[in-house]
Amino acid sequence: MAHNGNTLAALKRGQKGIIKAVDATDPQVQRLMTLGLVEGAEVELAGAALGGDPMEFRLFGCGISLRQEQARHFTVTSCDSGD
Amino acid sequence: MTKSTETRVSLADITVSRHAEASIAVVGGPNSGKSTLFNRLTGLRQRIGNYPGVTVERHVGTLKSDNRTIELIDLPGTHALSAHSSEEQIAIDVIFGRMAGTQPPDGILAVVDATNLYQGLYLVQQLLEVEVPVVVALTMSDAAELGGIKIDIDKLSARLGGIKVCRVVATTGKGINELRNALIELPNDQPPRFADAWPELSAAASELAKSATVPLRRAEIERLLIDGASGANQHVLECLGNNASAQVERHRDQLFGRDPPLAKEARVRYAWVRDVLSDVQQKLPPFYSWRTRLTEFFNQPIPGTIGLFVVMAVVFQAVFAWATPIMDAIDAATAALGMFVSRQLGDGAFSSLIGDGVIAGVGSVIVFLPQILILFLFIILLEDSGYLARAAYLLDRAMRSVGLSGQSIIPMISSFACAVPGIMATRVIPNRRDRIATILAAPFMTCSARLPVYALLIAAFVPVRDVGFLNLQGLVLFGLYMFGIIMGVLTALLIRQTAMRGPKPPFALMLPEFRRPNLQTVLIQLLGRARVFLYRAGTVIFSVAVIVWALAYFPRTTDIDPMLSDNEAAAAQLEQSWLGRAGHVVEPVFKPLGWDWRVSSAVIAGFPAREVVIAVLGTVYAIGDEADEATLSQRLKSATWPDGSLVFTLPMVLGLLIFYACCLQCAATLAVIRRETNSWRWPIFAWAYMTSIGYVGALLAYQLL
Repeated sequence: MAHNGNTLAALKRGQKGIIKAVDATDPQVQRLMTLGLVEGAEVELAGAALGGDPMEFRLFGCGISLRQEQARHFTVTSCDSGD
Repeated sequence: MTKSTETRVSLADITVSRHAEASIAVVGGPNSGKSTLFNRLTGLRQRIGNYPGVTVERHVGTLKSDNRTIELIDLPGTHALSAHSSEEQIAIDVIFGRMAGTQPPDGILAVVDATNLYQGLYLVQQLLEVEVPVVVALTMSDAAELGGIKIDIDKLSARLGGIKVCRVVATTGKGINELRNALIELPNDQPPRFADAWPELSAAASELAKSATVPLRRAEIERLLIDGASGANQHVLECLGNNASAQVERHRDQLFGRDPPLAKEARVRYAWVRDVLSDVQQKLPPFYSWRTRLTEFFNQPIPGTIGLFVVMAVVFQAVFAWATPIMDAIDAATAALGMFVSRQLGDGAFSSLIGDGVIAGVGSVIVFLPQILILFLFIILLEDSGYLARAAYLLDRAMRSVGLSGQSIIPMISSFACAVPGIMATRVIPNRRDRIATILAAPFMTCSARLPVYALLIAAFVPVRDVGFLNLQGLVLFGLYMFGIIMGVLTALLIRQTAMRGPKPPFALMLPEFRRPNLQTVLIQLLGRARVFLYRAGTVIFSVAVIVWALAYFPRTTDIDPMLSDNEAAAAQLEQSWLGRAGHVVEPVFKPLGWDWRVSSAVIAGFPAREVVIAVLGTVYAIGDEADEATLSQRLKSATWPDGSLVFTLPMVLGLLIFYACCLQCAATLAVIRRETNSWRWPIFAWAYMTSIGYVGALLAYQLL
């Protein structure tokens, strides 16, 4: 999964990360930012549908589901040993 | 300060709700528990209407205290004051007092899910800048405590400019009285002075407001700065005076630099939210609840997908199996009532009108009320428990392979109840191509009006036989549902490949945790559905039943062979009636499908509303009937062609089922497609397309089987 790099799309189930940078040029990504996916937010991968896509994240206790291609717009630093 | 905004509303608009002293807008995110709280506050004192020119339902309820009446308006859910769908736009227009026919609110009730303070406070800070009094209701505070979230209400209130914050549990009624008292006092309160979240933006908006020719709310000018002068913001810019454009541009440069304004807003406002959270919210180790356990279990791909299919299977089984005893009872009662009436009234036109027209016609539709209510009950339960969103998420990948997204799932599933709310639900789909494709696919989903037709034909013509642990009747019904889904999917695929070609749409969906649905909310919604159905049965279906009866009864003829038995005489009379003649005229069109003139005329009569076909069959077959006490399905079984062969053979019945699975016999659906797509092109296309598929399908079934 090299193309996922260190983005949200590369998180493993149960792993947490903090958003470090958002590529905000796409209006759809701006919409996701309005829902709280901004720099500094802690995000955990809670699960995924069959085939690993879309993915379900937990953001301050609420669930939000994104497709992998969208999750790639968010760079994260992992904040536990699961890296 | 609130007074000043009234200058923007014409006198005609104010009279609309003059009996209420003040109005309060109920605002919150889509899963904030807003509707449950609204129902808890207003109970049955609520009306459902429409906003003028749009199909979004307008829920208004009243709140009474000893000496005043307050109107509560339940707005469509919105995450923020920047709209991404037409439904959110309506919420925002009402908040800003721009919606014709709706008073500008004198106060705002901001509903925030205590388990999701993070997103909730994003909306609240924007509402505080609207400059009307605000009260915050923290819903689901019991769930928050179980989840280990401790919120310091006093600190939160202080951070929000000193407004009142009420902790409530809408499902049990805890804290409701306190909230009610706060709401009654709210219109007298001062608007909050709040500019902490983004002081630079607030300062820029206040500076611009000084040159305004009419009073504007600070949040309106902020939206102009962030979203630019498009749509309603154009009007705000005009109100700011002649040379405001240049000033707005200067402020935008200073505030956003090279960042996209919406992204900058999210960064600044969420930074403030995180700061508030660290101040007011304490996280303790969560109590491991059944909700978390259940949510975690269904988060895994395979249990999630299996769970989805189990849920669907249970729903369909329940619709068919649970309703049967009640339906049998209604059926028997209708037949008995018809017999009683005809015995009391004797022979003659009036007796025939009541017995054969009204009772047989309307009764044969009322029979399906139990099934429809069970179906709606499940859809409401699935929606309220948060499962529908999860289904959308699980099915996204499958939907993407046909060019749609998981967001199309909610309209599709709602369409199993009725395509009208289903098509309205497409408003959550931001992408236009996606939305049109979903609108055209939705009417293929088996709606509650098709169910009576299926149920009647299946019960009469599909043998009761066990296939494994299911029975054949249930299996055929399931097959018809699947057929509808496949046709819908193929249609979507076709549309996305031809008229609506374009890139695949993005997808983002909020997934609420499972929650126990609230009995009151479920019952209020179910009651509303029952009322709509019975209203239709009492008006449209009643009128059609009477008209069809008249067409079948007149003109009377004296020219019938006196040697014929009563029943044969009745059949001869029917055949030369208006309906009989019309049926004979169209019979050649439908004869290749194996339909006699009676079925043909019933299908024609059913074009405005497909469930009418049952009422018409009920009427037509009641008149030329052998035994008065027979139920409709027995009458259909014994119907014959003039040569004595049966009309309802298996290939013909299958063809009829396919015809009903496809064709768009529903004026309400056509009207809503027209409104939602804003053109006649799509409803006309949908009607012609679906009717031809139905005809060809029925033809193939009859000719090839």
